[in-house]
Amino acid sequence: MAAEGTLIVGGGEAAVTIGTSLREAGYTEPIHIVTKEPIPPYQRPPLSKGYLDGKLPEEGLYLRDIEFYKEREITVTVGDPIKKVSVDKDGGEAETVSNRHLKFARLALTTGASARHIGVPGQHLNGVFTVRDLSDARNLRAALPSARRAVIVGSGFVALEAAAVLRQHQIEVTVLARGHSLLGRAVAPPTSNYFVAAHQAMGTTLRFGINVRGIEGDNGWVTGVKTSDGDTIAADIVIIGVGVEPNVELAKQLDLEIDHGIVVDRAAQTGNPIVVAAGDCTVQPHALYPEEMVRIESVQNALDQGRKAAAAIMGHERPSVPVPWFWSDQGHLKLQIVGLSSGYDHIVERRVPGEKRYSLLYYRAGRLVAADAVNNPKDFNAAKKALNAEATIDPEAAADPLTSLKSLIT
Amino acid sequence: MPQIKFITPTGDPVEVESRTGSTVMEAAVKHGVPGIVAECGGGLSCATCHVYVAPEFADATGAAGDFESEMLEDAESELRPTSRLSCQITLTDQLDGLAVEIAPEQ
Repeated sequence: MAAEGTLIVGGGEAAVTIGTSLREAGYTEPIHIVTKEPIPPYQRPPLSKGYLDGKLPEEGLYLRDIEFYKEREITVTVGDPIKKVSVDKDGGEAETVSNRHLKFARLALTTGASARHIGVPGQHLNGVFTVRDLSDARNLRAALPSARRAVIVGSGFVALEAAAVLRQHQIEVTVLARGHSLLGRAVAPPTSNYFVAAHQAMGTTLRFGINVRGIEGDNGWVTGVKTSDGDTIAADIVIIGVGVEPNVELAKQLDLEIDHGIVVDRAAQTGNPIVVAAGDCTVQPHALYPEEMVRIESVQNALDQGRKAAAAIMGHERPSVPVPWFWSDQGHLKLQIVGLSSGYDHIVERRVPGEKRYSLLYYRAGRLVAADAVNNPKDFNAAKKALNAEATIDPEAAADPLTSLKSLIT
Repeated sequence: MPQIKFITPTGDPVEVESRTGSTVMEAAVKHGVPGIVAECGGGLSCATCHVYVAPEFADATGAAGDFESEMLEDAESELRPTSRLSCQITLTDQLDGLAVEIAPEQ
């Protein structure tokens, strides 16, 4: 008899969504979520925001109550990473670190991503943190009360969210950016400039065009960061926030196509009919420009691909494709981004002088493709509505920040 | 632990208990209460956890904040005087027995 059931590897939003969507669609075979993490599936965004800040307790991170899984007959195994996996045409088998053997008919890879390291001397000193997993955030949170000076390496979302939290704890913060803007290629210069001014106003020191040469310590604990311009910046904690690498080890064992992530189609299907994949570990064709592969690191994408992966397992038609969106909380600023701005050729900034409210619209070949909005839910919602309706917003009329964007959707 | 009574979009009552300090959204999602989507997991970013607070609890839950109000204006379902995003209602012992109706569209 062929094996039955679905094995879901991972412990985040995508894993939970696949399991629950399968049950909602009437899937009756066993569902088993196996995560290497020490706790049941949890949400990561608060790790660099509310959890780090101390506002959200650890149990607030859990995506579902334990009873929820029991009621739906979804088995959850924690703290037992899968080390080996193989598939044939009818299913496959996985082996965990504790030598548990798990057979399955379908496999869902939601293996996520791992924090990238910078590979410099001293990177393993105590007091040097990444912020990706619960264990990272636990350690960093515990170090905050006694920290006075921090260096944050990196200028992306996690780095800047952490910078804002640390400033609220009255810790001196220096952010070292390799490039000459914040948030890298995710946003255009006006949005980067907005965040430069905002973080400086929070009291954060920003240094651009800086590489890290090494991390110095004393008695095993970090004392400072040596930079490419010959400086040493004193620090009692260092946060490395230089992005993530998708976890593709199991996909490699299965000979799946990998291109900066596990390659899936728009239905979350890998090249192997037994295997689906979803979330941060995947790359997928851009919705509007399918010849471009994109890796979308967001909760919304994990949910969307998770639903599609479940539909693929059920053999159902895939659900409609919503436009990607994303958010980031940095101190009193809430940034909301909708769409994918890559390849933009025109931008329209909307800002009333003296107001915090800000937005930037991105156009590609005359078509609205994305928007950044800060403390501006109206513009975010209007852009999201337009993009989901495959509509656009006239760029000339949008240049007047007092005109409602919603009224300009055509 | 405070108890919350949800009325789901299909009109079914569902009661759940949740820890003091958790949000109404968290209580709904963790127990799989139908109708709360909560796409952003409580980030005040998506307006998919829209509820109508029962009038007798409206004072105790308070009014929506500015950002929340703007998100609610663009929510899928009609806005009512006691509309709230349930991720912004934090449970206190005082809110034990809180009754909310989940908005039909999220």
